[in-house]
Amino acid sequence: MLSTKNVNKKFGSLVVAEDINLSLPRGVRYALIGPNGAGKTTLINLITGMVAPDSGEILLGDENITHLQPHRRVRRGLARTFQINSLFPHLSALESVTLSVLEREGHAHNWWRALPSFSAATDEAASILTSLNLQKNLNRETRELAYGQQRLLEIALALATRPRVLLLDEPAAGVPKGESAELFAAVEGLSSELTVLFIEHDMEVVFRFASRILVMVGGRILVEGPPQEIARDARVREVYLGTAHAA
Amino acid sequence: MANVKLNPLEVVFWLCTLLPFVLAPSYLSLASQIAITALFALSLDLILGYAGIVSLGHAAFFGVGAYVAGLIAKHYWTEPISALLLSGLAAGILGYALSHIVVRFRHLALIMLTMGFGLLLAEAANSASDITGGADGLQGFRVPGVLGFGFDMFGRTAYAYSLALLFLCFLVCRRIIHSPFGLALRGIRENATRMPAIGAPNLAHLRKAYTMAAMFAGLAGAALTHTTSTVSLEVLSFGRSADVLVILILGGAGRLYGGIIGAIIYMVARDQFSGVNPQYWYFWIGLLLVTVVMLLPNGVLGGLSALHKKRQ
Repeated sequence: MLSTKNVNKKFGSLVVAEDINLSLPRGVRYALIGPNGAGKTTLINLITGMVAPDSGEILLGDENITHLQPHRRVRRGLARTFQINSLFPHLSALESVTLSVLEREGHAHNWWRALPSFSAATDEAASILTSLNLQKNLNRETRELAYGQQRLLEIALALATRPRVLLLDEPAAGVPKGESAELFAAVEGLSSELTVLFIEHDMEVVFRFASRILVMVGGRILVEGPPQEIARDARVREVYLGTAHAA
Repeated sequence: MANVKLNPLEVVFWLCTLLPFVLAPSYLSLASQIAITALFALSLDLILGYAGIVSLGHAAFFGVGAYVAGLIAKHYWTEPISALLLSGLAAGILGYALSHIVVRFRHLALIMLTMGFGLLLAEAANSASDITGGADGLQGFRVPGVLGFGFDMFGRTAYAYSLALLFLCFLVCRRIIHSPFGLALRGIRENATRMPAIGAPNLAHLRKAYTMAAMFAGLAGAALTHTTSTVSLEVLSFGRSADVLVILILGGAGRLYGGIIGAIIYMVARDQFSGVNPQYWYFWIGLLLVTVVMLLPNGVLGGLSALHKKRQ
């Protein structure tokens, strides 16, 4: 579904992505883990077009999207969330998600019809928010929502684009542990057709929800495999626990 | 979701705009100027208040509308409605052309850029004196009236014309704001970085908004020409761009009515202060602005809205 071929990126002399070769099949839940500064968020930025690679290719299905603008990638089915909330503070949750639906449907250029006449978009937005347990806060301004609810709204905005591939950048960052399991349960309940790649530091969550794990260190993919294999891998143990434990 | 019908308070407001015909018939010329300035401010609100495009050169479009209307009246015909539409179209075309550059910039660069375009156009009009009349302005024409009503010396027809134009444009702007496109503009104002991540073509949205705003500004400029039968270089001046920005901030940006309220306060204050103190009246304007901005940083409507929320 999503693949990268030899993607490289440097910021000055700092290598943030080196020969990244990924292949994420349809419907798989991938966790992207690695120490701080490993280049995980940069990889998402490269895939979504927010940062241009120095070389290499990014493919969505069979289409080369390397040079597509970010919004065009979204329209082809590649959505993301942000590590730090990036929302619309003065729009209500319902307005925010409706906007995302309207953009997807190509209605957002329409200036001559009033919003209430797009009830299908509003209903769909309400349904997405309800599926994420936000039904009690539809009309509250985003800035008034609790932090955990804002994290869910991040996901709702992405889901409203009807993605084929969803990239979640630390979706549970800053969310209390009990609530993060609830958040990932919502992610787990998403369509089995949807490919999900999520960055997460909580290994308990990673091993519970990921069907495969990618480990990134120093801008490179160190290893990729199913959770049990990753848990046994000496290189991963070294990265996370140090040489003594790896031995 | 926004209510798209005029609420009772709005109906009362628009009915009140008819009061000058009865209560202040000797001030109808001023009222006409206020309506035109309000439309100009409304056009700025569309880009500044809703899309976050700060402009210090918005008079460029007002001036183009004014000059096109003047040139049509001087050289071709004096029927104002068709000339008005053509003037708006001309300003819109210029706006569309400039939008390809303007929407790529934000913040200080944007202010400098829009100011630069405004100054360029003002100087171009000054140097093309064969066409524009240069510093003497465009004169020697007279628009007799509109729809069979002659422009009279008391400003009755002028105010009716300007007010009708303001009201129609307001309804269009209101519809824009309460449409999916309006929601997209608010999205850009709120978080331009997030918008592409939900599939929004920010630059295309901003180009469209800028073009629309230029068109409304052009209509305002044309209305000024029709009601005064003269065009001076001042229509393109930096002062006019700065004034309309001040008016919008005074009234409250991003609220549709902010530009209208700001225009009423600013223009009435200017008229009164210049009458009381012809030499130093700008001192009082400055004092008014400082006071309003210190007490109501989000403008008069912003302050009233905050007060209303507090009471609730």
